[in-house]
Amino acid sequence: MGGLSLFDGIAPTDGAWSVLQVTQRARQLIEAGFDRLWVRGEVTGFKKYQSGHWYFSLRDRQAQVRCVMWRLDAQRLRTPPDEGMEVFAEARPTVWEEKGELRLTVKQLIPTTADGSWQARLEQARAALERDGLLDPARRRSLPRFARRVGVVTSTDGAALRDIVSVARRRWPAVELLVVPARVQGDTAEAELCAALALVNRLDVDLVIVGRGGGSREDLWAFNSERVARALAAVRVPTISAVGHETDVSLTDLVADFRAATPSAAAEAAVPDREPVRAQVNALARRMARGLTARVELGGQRLDRTGDRLGAGAAARLGRGRARLDALAAALQALSPMRVLARGFALARDEDGRLLRRTDQFAPGARFRLTVADGDVPARVEKR
Amino acid sequence: MSARPSFRDALERLEAIVRELESNDVDLDRALALFEEGVGQLQVARALLDEGEQKVRRVLAQADGTLGTRDLDV
Repeated sequence: MGGLSLFDGIAPTDGAWSVLQVTQRARQLIEAGFDRLWVRGEVTGFKKYQSGHWYFSLRDRQAQVRCVMWRLDAQRLRTPPDEGMEVFAEARPTVWEEKGELRLTVKQLIPTTADGSWQARLEQARAALERDGLLDPARRRSLPRFARRVGVVTSTDGAALRDIVSVARRRWPAVELLVVPARVQGDTAEAELCAALALVNRLDVDLVIVGRGGGSREDLWAFNSERVARALAAVRVPTISAVGHETDVSLTDLVADFRAATPSAAAEAAVPDREPVRAQVNALARRMARGLTARVELGGQRLDRTGDRLGAGAAARLGRGRARLDALAAALQALSPMRVLARGFALARDEDGRLLRRTDQFAPGARFRLTVADGDVPARVEKR
Repeated sequence: MSARPSFRDALERLEAIVRELESNDVDLDRALALFEEGVGQLQVARALLDEGEQKVRRVLAQADGTLGTRDLDV
């Protein structure tokens, strides 16, 4: 507070203050001295004006205070409070200069019934997270397209884990799931979720999913805990919150980099579907083969045109290049067997991936893999 | 706990190789070297695409404070 500097320019010349100067000064002191706060009290003398603003008082046994709720805030509430209703009011104290009256500017009004106090706690937690910038959309990181390892924080015996595993297995089986178990409801859920979220920071993972299947509002309570939300915000890698509910949004949803409606949807966001990716890789393989072929043909034409002048050195170099190309083409053929295999052929490879071409490479009992048009089959050599 | 090779790295490298191979000013030796490397990256990418067995492991905090894992049947 700047002390006397606040009076610069308004200090009266005859040594006396005007009334307005007093109430203005009081307003400055009051507004600077209070943050936004939650006040509990009974509503009394409620009046709604044509303008849409609400005027009322809050009182308890010892005191009362005048309140105003401006139209924009009032119209967010479905119904005005009943006379005598006990409420939590989110408010900023100020002074109404013209009347010299202490007044609360109310932003939010919630009944103190069981339902209301739950909502009030949630609102307080949300406001605290917002103050610390944790709900800022600019904070949100994008998810990696090809996560190698995903940390999963959930209960090991719920449907959520089964759903995540089965969706990930279908879409991208190469992903490794590291499950960090935590109870997701009950008295210990908050502490267990916080501990698990701290633990995933010690793992080498690309992404973290935290969540559970659907449940009642009470069941989902731990995901509205400010502590859990802060623990989630502290995770070093991108996060997905998947709390199975349709209408409510939980605090973890607000803090996470991505909100999924269900655990299955979280797994879909976490890993890609491999079939389109396979098509992309196959297209790259074809372009690579075409690119090389075109390059070699171009070299051949130049050699034909200027063969005499280039001399034996260049010819030998190109010859070596062609031999290498033949070897590579064979390798590519083995790697890109779809066309040949589609006609009914199969490739046999040993466990190190080497092609098996002769009968003496098949030792009795040895394991090998058969590649057919749509995938691999494990196989074993019978006694001959 | 070493992770499998990175599919993203293999795919990005493959894309870069194809772009360079398709440009006109790459010489033959370079083209062959790129192709060879590309075949290796293809092998990595396809092995990951064909991965049949998914690993699901449960992380356990051990008494000495280190972390261990155990396969989890889901």
